Amino acid sequence: MEFFLITLLNSLSYGLLLFMLSSGLTLIFSMMGVLNFAHASFYMLGAYFAYQTGLYVGFWPALFLAPLLVGALGALTERYGLRTVHKFGHVAELLFTFGLAYVIEEIVHLIWGRAPVDYRIPAGLDFTLFTLYTTQYPAYRGFMMLVSVGMLAALYLGLTRTRIGLVIQASLTHPDMVEALGHNVPRVFMLVFAGGAALAGLAGVIGGNAFITEPGMAVAVGSIVFVVVVFGGMGSLTGAFIASLIIGALQTFSVALDYSMLDLFGKLGLSVSPHSSWHGLWSITISQTAPVMPYLLMVLMLIVRPRGLMGTRES
Amino acid sequence: MSPVVTRRRIIFWAAAALFFALLPLVFTQSFALSMLSQMGIAIIFALSYNMLLGQTGLLSFGHAVYFGLGAFFCAHALNLVGAGKFWLPVTFMPLVGGLAGMFFGLVLGFVTTRRAGTPFAMISLGIAEMVAASALMFTGFFGGEGGIATDRTVGGAVMGISYGPQIQVYYLIAGWCLVCIIGMFAITQTPLGRMANAVRDNPERAKFVGYNPTRVRWLMMTLAGFFAGVGGGLAAINYEIVTAETLGVMASGNAVLMAFIGGIGHFWGPIIGAVLVTLLQSALSNYTQAWLLYFGLFFLGIIMFSPGGIANLIMLHKPVWQAGRLKRLLPGYSLSGSAGLVMLLGFFAMIEMIYHLEAKEAANKAFSFFGVTLDPTRPSFWIGTLVVLAAGVAMFYGTTRVVKRAWDDITAELQVKGVV
Repeated sequence: MEFFLITLLNSLSYGLLLFMLSSGLTLIFSMMGVLNFAHASFYMLGAYFAYQTGLYVGFWPALFLAPLLVGALGALTERYGLRTVHKFGHVAELLFTFGLAYVIEEIVHLIWGRAPVDYRIPAGLDFTLFTLYTTQYPAYRGFMMLVSVGMLAALYLGLTRTRIGLVIQASLTHPDMVEALGHNVPRVFMLVFAGGAALAGLAGVIGGNAFITEPGMAVAVGSIVFVVVVFGGMGSLTGAFIASLIIGALQTFSVALDYSMLDLFGKLGLSVSPHSSWHGLWSITISQTAPVMPYLLMVLMLIVRPRGLMGTRES
Repeated sequence: MSPVVTRRRIIFWAAAALFFALLPLVFTQSFALSMLSQMGIAIIFALSYNMLLGQTGLLSFGHAVYFGLGAFFCAHALNLVGAGKFWLPVTFMPLVGGLAGMFFGLVLGFVTTRRAGTPFAMISLGIAEMVAASALMFTGFFGGEGGIATDRTVGGAVMGISYGPQIQVYYLIAGWCLVCIIGMFAITQTPLGRMANAVRDNPERAKFVGYNPTRVRWLMMTLAGFFAGVGGGLAAINYEIVTAETLGVMASGNAVLMAFIGGIGHFWGPIIGAVLVTLLQSALSNYTQAWLLYFGLFFLGIIMFSPGGIANLIMLHKPVWQAGRLKRLLPGYSLSGSAGLVMLLGFFAMIEMIYHLEAKEAANKAFSFFGVTLDPTRPSFWIGTLVVLAAGVAMFYGTTRVVKRAWDDITAELQVKGVV
């Protein structure tokens, strides 16, 4: 029970972090039709910027500064990169973001080196929030959830209750009509791209010190975020939310379970000889399969329901 | 319909075969020979990738899966021959890789090709991640971190060919490379190749003509898997070791880079890309730590300014060349070329200075840059580099106008003549 509750809490905070990334990705995709390969790179930049600005001004100002910086970079990327490539079609746009991810990783190598940087949880949040049975739950995990939920609420209210949110929603489906009504749709695109990048940056700020800040962090999380978006259905925020929580739980739980098929056979009173050619396969533990699980789930979803959990269109 | 086998084509392919055969006589060093072998493998890989991206419009981020699985199966087949449990001449060993690649193209393609466009790109990436993660899980087949080692000389000497010396391996690779190039070119001429183009351009109309776009994609995927597998098999023979990195996402990204830099709009584009990328990767990585950055920036530059790749840049000049006006472009090209060189020099010096400043272990941060010693700890060098860079940028922008004017004149003349 203790194990279950703690793992559930951990998976919730991880799932919410995934949603901060996937929400921006799915918004950008449904608006511009661009799958942003560099999205996870913005996540990484968020962590590094927070580390660097945190050295001068401390964690709390960095929490606001770093996402703003990443958002500004996102705006520049859209304005001077994507908009130039747009006329060459979707493949060129996608490959542009692919190349950008490559370049960002190399620039991070260039500036901060290949080893992880010492980006730490602020001292003010480094205490035990509560003790569940015997396990101490760190306050920073609670803070992560708080920020994620706050962001979620702000995103929802911003999209449904504000004027610019309504313009964004209208531009999703009827860009020509919105333009005819006198709104600057390219600027709305830029805003959405910058907003998505800033969200990813914020996720990096709070995720970078909880996990690890290193040049490989973009690649590690990037493909998981893609799985989330495909699983939840391309372009659906609700789908992305549910998928984030499911994938988060799947990854967190499977890492923690150290059972294999051999243990199951043992319970059933069967035994497999170590010389059997299948012994290697049966002795793989659930935790060993953890990296494969999300992709397996995605492939299954694509076979059963190609448009994803909440997706409305086929492609 | 024009005949498929024409005298012109026979002469062309015979010339290509002769070219491949004569190359090692020109490049005799062992370094050049192993590079040529690497290029042959890269050409097969890039061309098979372009069957998907260029011909069928499928942007795959997981093509190394078929290449890598082909390599693993070939390595295991070689080891089985060594153990005496299986018999096949090493010359035909790449076929094992090809069949493995084809099989996995068939199986995985069934899942991936149900969608096209962006969803296909994401799904192919997911499959690639899945296979890469599984490779580290099933250590029996994939050998874990160390990979699977093999021995290419297991077949013994057949008519004096034991595949021990690199030159023999080169001719094996060159032969298979030629066969694969001809095979892939032949596919573009078949009804399937034409339908693949139709499915790329307008799947709905392809459907109206009576073809199932999903099936066309699936078939192309299977065939591309075959050729990638042949390439993988050759890689297993060439390196005599196959690691999980061979089928990783980075390797798949390499296929995208090679095909796109070369140009996906022409059949021969990826060949240029494969040769250039292999050359850059092994040449640049010897000189600078920052080569991946230059490489990425080069790729971004191609996408932003010439999305048709190098092949398209070359083909732009075809009408000008035919009209005999190519030399009118020369002054502009040489001017902006030298200005661009200055700009690049300034840029490279800048990046190298940042790199050497960041290298914490070295006490003396000064380094040699094209024979000039640069010291990133002294501000005067930064100012100097900045001046070179700024001058280069200004000159480059100034001279591109000359090029543009020459192009405009020529285009106008050609339009009057009705060539363009």
